[in-house]
This record gives sequence, structure tokens and C-alpha cells, in this order.
Amino acid sequence: MTGLDLDLKLTAQSSFRLEVHCKIAETGVTAIYGKSGSGKTTLLNCIAGLQAADAGSRIVNRGDIWQSDQCFVPPWQRNIGFVFQDARLFPHLNVRENLNYAVSRRHRESNISFAKVVDWLELDSLLTRPATQLSAGQKQRVAIARALLSSPTLLLLDEPLANLDHGARAQCLHYLQRLRQMIDLPMLYVSHDMEEVSHLADKLILLEEGKVQAQGSVVDLCARLDTRLSHDEQAATILLGTLKNHDSEYGLSELDVEGTPLFVAQLPEIIDAQYRLRIPARDVSICRQRPQASSILNILPVELIQIEETTGSRVLLKLAFGQQFLLARITRKSVAELNLQVGDSLYAQVKSVALLSETTENNS
Amino acid sequence: MTPAEVQAIWLTLRLAAVTLVFLLAVGTPLAWWLSRRRTNLSAFIESLVALPLILPPTVLGFYLLLMFAPHTIIGQLWQQLTGSQLAFSFNALVIGSFIYSLPFVVQPLQSAFAQVPAHLLQAAATLGATPIDQFRTVVLPLCKRSFITAASLGFAHTIGEFGVVLMIGGNIPGETRVLSIALYDQVESLQFAQAHRLAGGLMLFSIVLLFLLYRSNPQGLWRSNT
Repeated sequence: MTGLDLDLKLTAQSSFRLEVHCKIAETGVTAIYGKSGSGKTTLLNCIAGLQAADAGSRIVNRGDIWQSDQCFVPPWQRNIGFVFQDARLFPHLNVRENLNYAVSRRHRESNISFAKVVDWLELDSLLTRPATQLSAGQKQRVAIARALLSSPTLLLLDEPLANLDHGARAQCLHYLQRLRQMIDLPMLYVSHDMEEVSHLADKLILLEEGKVQAQGSVVDLCARLDTRLSHDEQAATILLGTLKNHDSEYGLSELDVEGTPLFVAQLPEIIDAQYRLRIPARDVSICRQRPQASSILNILPVELIQIEETTGSRVLLKLAFGQQFLLARITRKSVAELNLQVGDSLYAQVKSVALLSETTENNS
Repeated sequence: MTPAEVQAIWLTLRLAAVTLVFLLAVGTPLAWWLSRRRTNLSAFIESLVALPLILPPTVLGFYLLLMFAPHTIIGQLWQQLTGSQLAFSFNALVIGSFIYSLPFVVQPLQSAFAQVPAHLLQAAATLGATPIDQFRTVVLPLCKRSFITAASLGFAHTIGEFGVVLMIGGNIPGETRVLSIALYDQVESLQFAQAHRLAGGLMLFSIVLLFLLYRSNPQGLWRSNT
């Protein structure tokens, strides 16, 4: 058996229910996304063993039964790493002692050495600092390092960036992205921020009122019209592109997406790296003909494959761009005036500022 | 000092030390339990523990004396187990002192434990620490000052007790004649000069101890520093 098998139920006194039946991949980052109160943290606590799910529940990780009717493995025997929203460093210990707390309680040998983790998260200058004298961002870095040093088989992260200011958040996100590439460790990442999820996660579980609404790859789920994701004001799709060129004169970088060049603000990274580009649906507009004199640089030939049925003023369109997908949110009036039909060949104008780029990965 | 006084001081210190061992051994888990559970049972136990704070020591001593008498179940059981009588013995003083000083150990510990954030223990658990390990490596260090406070108060309170000792211990030199009893004897026989030595010494000891405790706990003795 591989991965994490969840079959769990939790009925709290306050009528809130969690009912999750799903399988979570053995590799990569799986995001659990939902509004606050959707049961994300409770689910993570059940997986960690900090909370027991109701009788009849089953949690199996890589063949190890963590909870069933016959047994309940306590958290200290589950061999997990848990990064809490509020870091939870031990206030009576300094940074080095906090990290060693994890090392000395390891369940297994590991090639994740103290020196490596300190290097990855750039903690060298902080090691002798008391845990109480760190900034929020530093605390969270130490917490991530501590969780890694316990040599877990599964890393659980509960909104680790939620308490950080903008700068610290970007920095921590950068560290997490690097970790994702450096170590082969399945991670479960709870978040209510789709932008974070787009940066980090491969798979996505959509949780709503304690139930799994949808599950799949982040790229696929973002482009679906039938989930709450695409109806969020911040709804966005993800395109994968390869960095081709830098244009220093104009301060732009050119990426290749499905054979079409796309321009973004200049990136420092190396040529041929794979990038995720986040395209907010509200920043995509539609033309029947290729616009000739437009200030917008990025114009993509697309095919209209789905029109959302709605009586509201705005409509979501799903557009195929080669093998990939885009969402566009336009007014219902525009749909009527352009007489848009499924199967039409159109041009999507994307404001270049809307192109976000952070991560490298392979398009699978 | 007279040999009798030295003997009384030595006996008192021995009583306080032995009692303290029992106070910490029983008081620590009891305080932990009380700090984590809120049930009717825990509230009842809590009030039993606090009883000596308001009850005249003579009341407690009176009932202990009745319980320890040779013809009672406890008295006979003790006789069979140890071959000696419980009432008017050093052991009876230890039991009496233990009950009498228990709130002074349990209350500071309980309030300190209650202030240890449960989420730190969760973090320790996910890092592989068993509950005993969590207690040893997180709770103990965070409550260190409260332990010192609890031990000091328990020790000092045992040294200063009079009523319970008088009721269940009587006045046997080397066995139950502790400082406060010796002092009472001296005053009764109008030996004021000697009484000053014991009373003054005890006063000085108490002031110094309390001064040291309050100085190291600016927020008060019942608060921990977590």
C-alpha cells in the first residue's frame, strides 16, 4: 500500500462534522484548501493523532495503520512532522536546542542532516538565539527545520504562512519551494490562500463544510467551472511555460507556452527552466480577431470550450490553449454581443502584470 | 543552645525533609491532574486539598488522632505492618504534616501547570516525545520556579506547624518534640530567654526564605513565569 488512506468521520458536540474519504499521493505536495471553518485543521489534527476521529474511522499511512477500530497510534509514534500556524517553538530553549529536540527523538536514520537543514533554511546565524527572540518569519523557518529534522515520513503544514507579514511570507514561500525540490517527502499543506497553493502544490483537495468537494491536480482543478474555486473573486488558472529569453532593454522575459511567446517582468532565473504562470480570470479579455494595435503584449489563440450557465451579470469562460486551459471572466452582455459559441476560435488578451511566476517544475 | 534544643531543631528539619519528599511525589501528579481536568470529582479533590488552609489545625489533628488510635483500622493495620504504634510517633507527624502542607505545594504547581500551553505539548508529541518525556522536557523546565516555590513553602510550612503536631504527636523528645512544641514548653515554664532563641531564629528563617522567594517571583508566588 502506498500513500495515505483516509476514511474518517468526526462528530463534534457543536454539530460540525468532518467526513473525509480519500487517498493522498505518496509524493509531492497535496494542498487541503477550504474556507476557515471547513475542517482543514481538524483533518490535519486527526492525521497527526492530536485528535481521535470517531469509531469506524481508518487512517493508514504507507501500510501502517494509525487509527482503526483495533488501534490508535499516538502522535509520538506516527513519525510525522507538523508545522503549526503559530510555530510553537519551545520558549525555554534556543534555536539549536529546539532543533536537537527533534533530532534526538528520531524514529529512523535519515539523510536529512542537521547541517543540511540549517543550510537550506539559512539558520546558521540564529542557532544560539533564544526562541523567544526571533521574528515571526524566523520562528516559522526554525519550526520547519525542526519538523524536517524529526525525519518524518509525512510532513503536515497547517497554514504556516498565515501569521506572517508580506515580506516574511514571500521569503518562507521561497524556502518551502526549495524544500519541495530538494527532498522527496510527501507534504500535506493546509491553506485558505489559493495563491500559496498555486505556488507550492501538485495536488489539491477542496474541503467544504467537512467534506471533500473535489480532488485532483492543482492545474486541472483551477480550470474547472464546477467548483467554488473558479467562482472566487481571485479565481485564476495556472499555465506552464519554459523560459526562453531575456529582453534586458525592456526588462522582460519571454516564456514559451504551447508554442506561443508570453512576456513577463524580467526573471533572474536560468533559461529553459519550467515556470508556473498564474492567470487571474478577471484579467483575461476576449476578442474575435487578433487585436492589431493593443498595449497588451500577451495575446493567446484559444478555443472556447465551455460557457458557464448563469443568470448573473458575469460569466466564466473556459478556454483551451493547446493542451492547457484558461478561464476568463467577462460580462454576460459581452457573450451575447460577440455571439460566443462553444467551439469558437478566439483570442485571449492577458494583462502582462497578471503573470506571476515563482516555481520550477515539470509539466506532467 | 541546649542539647534538647539542638535535638528539637534536628527533628524538625528531618520531619520537614521527609514530608517534602512525599509532598512533591504526590503533589506533582495531583497538581497535574487538577490542572488538566475540570470535573466534579476534581473540584471535590481540590477542596479537600485546600481544607487545611481554612480549618484550625487542631480540628485536623483531632480527627487524625482519632484515626491513628491503636484500636482503629488504620492504627491496627499500621501496628501489623510496622510493629509499632502510629499515634504519638514520628510517622504520624509525617502524615499529619503532609496533609497540612499539601495545599502549599499543590496550589503553586497547579497554577503553573495550567499556564503551560497545551499546544507546546502537542508540538512535542509530534516530534516524538511521549507524555512523560513531554513533562520532563517541557513542563518541568517551564515550571522550574514554581517547583522551587512549592518546595520552599511546603518545607517552611511543615517547620512552622504546631496544632496538628500537638494533637497527634504529643511531646516526646527525639520523636515528636519539634521546634514549635519545644518553644511552647519553654514559654509555659517561663524560660523566656531560651524561647527568644527559638522563636527569633524561626522568625529570621521565615523572613529570609519568603524574601528570597518573593524577590525571585516578582509577580507573586502563585504565578508561574511561563
